[in-house]
Amino acid sequence: MDLTCTPEEEEFRARLRRWLGEVLPRLPAPPAATDWPGRRAYDTAWQRMLYDAGYAGLHWPRDAGGQGATPAQHLIFLEETERAGAPYVGANFVGLLHAGPTLAAEGTAEQRARWLPPILRGEEIWCQGFSEPDAGSDLAALRTRAVRDGDTYVINGAKIWTSHAEVADWCELLVRTDPAAPKHRGISWLAMPMDAPGVTVRPLRTLAGSTEFAEVFLDDVRVPAGNRVGAENDGWRVTMVTLSFERGTAFVGEVVACRRVLGALARAARANGRWDDAVLRRRLGRLHAEFTALWRLTQWNVSEAMRAPARGGQRGSGGVPGTGGSVFKLRYSHARQELYDTAAEVLGAGALDADHEWVADRLSSLSYTIAAGTSQIQQNIVAERILGLPKGR
Amino acid sequence: MDFQLTDEQRALKDGTRELLAGRFGRDRLRAAVEDPGPDRALWRELGAAGFFALRLPEKGGGVGLGLPEAVLVLEEAGRALLPGPLVACQLLAGVVDGVATGEKTVGLCEGAREPVLWEHPAGCDELILVEGGEEGGGEVEGDEEEGARERTGGAYRSASDRVSCAPFASVDPLTPLARVLDLPRTDPVALDVPRLRREAALLTAAQQLGSAVRTVEMAAGHAREREQFGAPIGSFQAVKQLCAQMLVRAEMARSAVYAASITESVLDITGAKLLADEAAVRNARDCLQVHGGMGFTWEADVHLHLKRAWLRAECWGAAGEAEELLAAGLIA
Repeated sequence: MDLTCTPEEEEFRARLRRWLGEVLPRLPAPPAATDWPGRRAYDTAWQRMLYDAGYAGLHWPRDAGGQGATPAQHLIFLEETERAGAPYVGANFVGLLHAGPTLAAEGTAEQRARWLPPILRGEEIWCQGFSEPDAGSDLAALRTRAVRDGDTYVINGAKIWTSHAEVADWCELLVRTDPAAPKHRGISWLAMPMDAPGVTVRPLRTLAGSTEFAEVFLDDVRVPAGNRVGAENDGWRVTMVTLSFERGTAFVGEVVACRRVLGALARAARANGRWDDAVLRRRLGRLHAEFTALWRLTQWNVSEAMRAPARGGQRGSGGVPGTGGSVFKLRYSHARQELYDTAAEVLGAGALDADHEWVADRLSSLSYTIAAGTSQIQQNIVAERILGLPKGR
Repeated sequence: MDFQLTDEQRALKDGTRELLAGRFGRDRLRAAVEDPGPDRALWRELGAAGFFALRLPEKGGGVGLGLPEAVLVLEEAGRALLPGPLVACQLLAGVVDGVATGEKTVGLCEGAREPVLWEHPAGCDELILVEGGEEGGGEVEGDEEEGARERTGGAYRSASDRVSCAPFASVDPLTPLARVLDLPRTDPVALDVPRLRREAALLTAAQQLGSAVRTVEMAAGHAREREQFGAPIGSFQAVKQLCAQMLVRAEMARSAVYAASITESVLDITGAKLLADEAAVRNARDCLQVHGGMGFTWEADVHLHLKRAWLRAECWGAAGEAEELLAAGLIA
């Protein structure tokens, strides 16, 4: 067991830190959380800066245009950018963390050449068309149909909870291509242009007041068959590859941010006298232990992933999402909610001010136990795939 | 960074598990419930296997390993519910003659806590009492302050028959306790008391981890086998979710305990103990719940894990103290 960084990793950290120190002071203030076109412009400009400095697609393989960094370097990158207060991936989230890695792993040479460079340069934004009104956590129950017509698919259906749909150029779309097949088969993974005729986006207002996600209606949308990634009806396997990326590293930077917020909460409580409340103080102390352990769990999972290729199991067993990711997400999503509930205690009546950063984060934290697989679904994954409990209903 | 067990560490952990499974199986465990004094023959065998001399230098006949390895070994001891003054013998192997080889046993008790409790009073040849050197409470003001406190604290040794005790009915049938009324403070020992406390807390946390991991396995094993309403109870979501939460607690505790064994920082160890205590206690309770009525019997082993977890949670920094120290660490 070793927690120290190699000299190469330390050098990488130092170089990154220097670069961040140079560029961040020149960065304009971020737009309001509700201003999605503004956010798109801001997030893609940041992505372009990363690209020009050689930090775009850090953990992507080199032949996909990435930097081929080790998971440990990726961890350092997330740690340092978060610590320095650099922008997070934001609107580039789906492209960089799901669609890109999926295309890199499963796409043809032509598909990779078409879609990967614009993601890395921050020119094209992707969204995720997985969930449907009647198929949320039960993803394989999706009903959006794609019927083959010559060399195009004709798509009809609806998607929901589609983050960044308003400003996206492309959608990683799951469609049913064989309705007669068992529900996990007969699904295909398509890259759908969001400006195709028949695509209607209706933003949904979240309880936090923002419109970060939307409903997407698909009426006779025509997508070339060449936009299918993976074989026809093999989309479930491709999807599992996508989800393993989603749960693998998506929250790493946030843990660093939470640790910073925790320190700020303690200082705020000291300043306003609430620190004298032993119950609150003890709650903060417990969160300190939680977030430290979540960071260690991340290091544990990343180290495990770094060893995995050597054991020949690069994508886990049969593309099953990393169960370590489920363990992490279960605890992290609850700890994050607990953190901001504690922030509300520190703020007192100030917790009623929706413009306060911590209050906005408290509201958005409510999605963490639902998005990317609810806590209940994650618990079933842990129980069935790690503990070997029988499937049930 | 490679925060995973090395091949050697895995071999040590597996080897310890096999040794304990062979020498302290279920029959021995249940026999120990009736007679919980350390089994001297087993103690010598453990000594011969290097269990206590693990961290002593090779020159002196030790194994020459470090705190991470001691943690792995004690995790296995916790898993097996091995009784005896394990932490004391591990930490004092180089201090008290005969302990490293398992020929002698030594107890360790905290003078700062009230009442002062002594584990296995009848099974120890000697007792060491540590006083002062409090790392808990108060605010941590930075390295200098911490350094200053490192030097405080005293330790005294005494032959066990010279310690004045009162009976104390232990909740854990595998850990007899006595209440120490007075220990002769005539024989001081040169020990780094704050360090001893830190390591005692960490090794205690390691045993909690082992117990937490074991109770998840027991619960999942039972849930796979036991049928109700025509199906294994493990197929019911309510039971599944209970088991999944147990695993999450154990894995959080594992990351925290292993990392603390590397950094050896006060805050890391304090956090690890807090999470490992919680994992052991709550997992044992959930394991009992999964076992249903059977879990509430003396015959099931679940209560042995729960009671030992309660006992360890009180040793070397209980939750309130740990949380206060961690809170202070946030504004350091």
